[in-house]
Amino acid sequence: MSVLRPQDQLPGLNAATILLVGKEDALLQRLADSMLREDCASSLKVHLAHSLPLPSDVNRPRIDLIVFVINLHSKYSLQNVEESLRHVDATFFLGKVGFLVTGAGRDSHCSVHRSTVLKLARAYRSPLLFCDLEVEGFRVSMAQRLVRMLQVCAGHVPGVSALSLLSLLRSSENPCLEDL
Amino acid sequence: MDSYDIPESTSSRLKDHFIGATPLQKRLESVRKLTSFVPPSPQRKIPQCSQLQEDVDPQKVAFLLHKQWTLYSLTPLYKFSYTNLKEYSKFLSAFIVAEKQKGLAVEVGEDLNIKVIFSTLLGMKGTQRDPDAFLVQILSKSHLPSENREGKVLWTGWFCCIFGDSLLETVSEDFTCLPLFLANGAETNTALIGTWFQKTFDCHFSPLAINAFNLSWMAAMWTACKMDHYVATTEFLWSVPCGPQSLDISYAIHSEDAKALWDSVHKAPGEVTQEEVDLFMDCLCSHFHRHFKIHLSATRLVRVSTSVASAHTNGKIKILCHKYLIGVLAYLTELAIFQIE
Repeated sequence: MSVLRPQDQLPGLNAATILLVGKEDALLQRLADSMLREDCASSLKVHLAHSLPLPSDVNRPRIDLIVFVINLHSKYSLQNVEESLRHVDATFFLGKVGFLVTGAGRDSHCSVHRSTVLKLARAYRSPLLFCDLEVEGFRVSMAQRLVRMLQVCAGHVPGVSALSLLSLLRSSENPCLEDL
Repeated sequence: MDSYDIPESTSSRLKDHFIGATPLQKRLESVRKLTSFVPPSPQRKIPQCSQLQEDVDPQKVAFLLHKQWTLYSLTPLYKFSYTNLKEYSKFLSAFIVAEKQKGLAVEVGEDLNIKVIFSTLLGMKGTQRDPDAFLVQILSKSHLPSENREGKVLWTGWFCCIFGDSLLETVSEDFTCLPLFLANGAETNTALIGTWFQKTFDCHFSPLAINAFNLSWMAAMWTACKMDHYVATTEFLWSVPCGPQSLDISYAIHSEDAKALWDSVHKAPGEVTQEEVDLFMDCLCSHFHRHFKIHLSATRLVRVSTSVASAHTNGKIKILCHKYLIGVLAYLTELAIFQIE
């Protein structure tokens, strides 16, 4: 059982790799396409996976950011993400993991309550992003946001590290006393 | 997003924060509270027989059972008075007749002799604070005087509020809060009644849809109800989102087996927690997966049917058991209040 560790490999020159984990094939594919269309100084690589652990026989570059995609319409996607989280090393959660939730707009189709994913993100101290991935405009702006986050996590933005980005993102919500 | 980081063990609502606040402040606080919590709080009571139910005559409410009701949520009514019910009946009859005559074609034989009756339903409330429920019926007047005067009921609708404390606190004196509206009968009549109420009392109706999350709560709560004998099997309907046509999966189990499963999952007496509901549904889904290799958790629950009541995601319910009527309505009132806010 391989566990993903952030510093397992040396970074590639000017390369930034993001791993999208989720059961929603079509949505992940579209999000990946939107990200690759973004203008970016670094060379972007987007990896898609249904779940972790990843097969160990494949030669892959160092992963800079993992985004877990949860669809509120399907409890299965939440269970899948919870299972996959076990295969990520604790040091990844210092800014290099994010949760992306889709489907919150259509409340009548929701099987998972928003507070469940809120609690999950809070438990893992990672940023939680909401986006309706089916809508083109929202998907493009979320792709832009993820590309910027990825650049920070890969160390391509001078002066900002993944950890400082994490604390910046968190202070925009009301800080919980237990986090301090 | 919210500053209330409530530990799991707290089950009470945050009433003690709002002493001395104005209605507007209370409303803002309650909206923030509801958007941050699971709308049923993590623990919730199994519908018990309420003490007020003793006032309800089983025969009087028998007509509410075994009928399919379409649910709407209703904002508070402005300057509604229970003493003016006769006048409301007259105005509403006149309005309906006028609207029907406005139509382009009047069908031959269509009975325009209709009568509208407003009446209060005693005992349909959770606490003393809840406003009285009232009933609106459209009856067709019989042409022949020798037949019984009452005529055929064409349409029934009733307004109620069961345990609506969270809404009652935040609303001023002139408003009557009856957030749950149930209608049975032709859709055109529902629309007419709705228009009249909206014009007269400055309120707003909106259809109450029930999402899969709330349906699974209802399934768990109704399975938990103790019944002497079960009149129907427990049935779930799941909709699989795929391709041009959606598939439906129907899953039926004996009610006794469902109750046995619930009893093995359930720990604390008198309360239902989110974990127990999740575990109950997961057991059913994993049993299905073992036999058919289909993950029901990836599909959408659209209908739950038990011996107590049945509910569909588009807001249609049918209540089968007189004993737990108040309990079912209490949960639906909560959903309606959540939708209004």
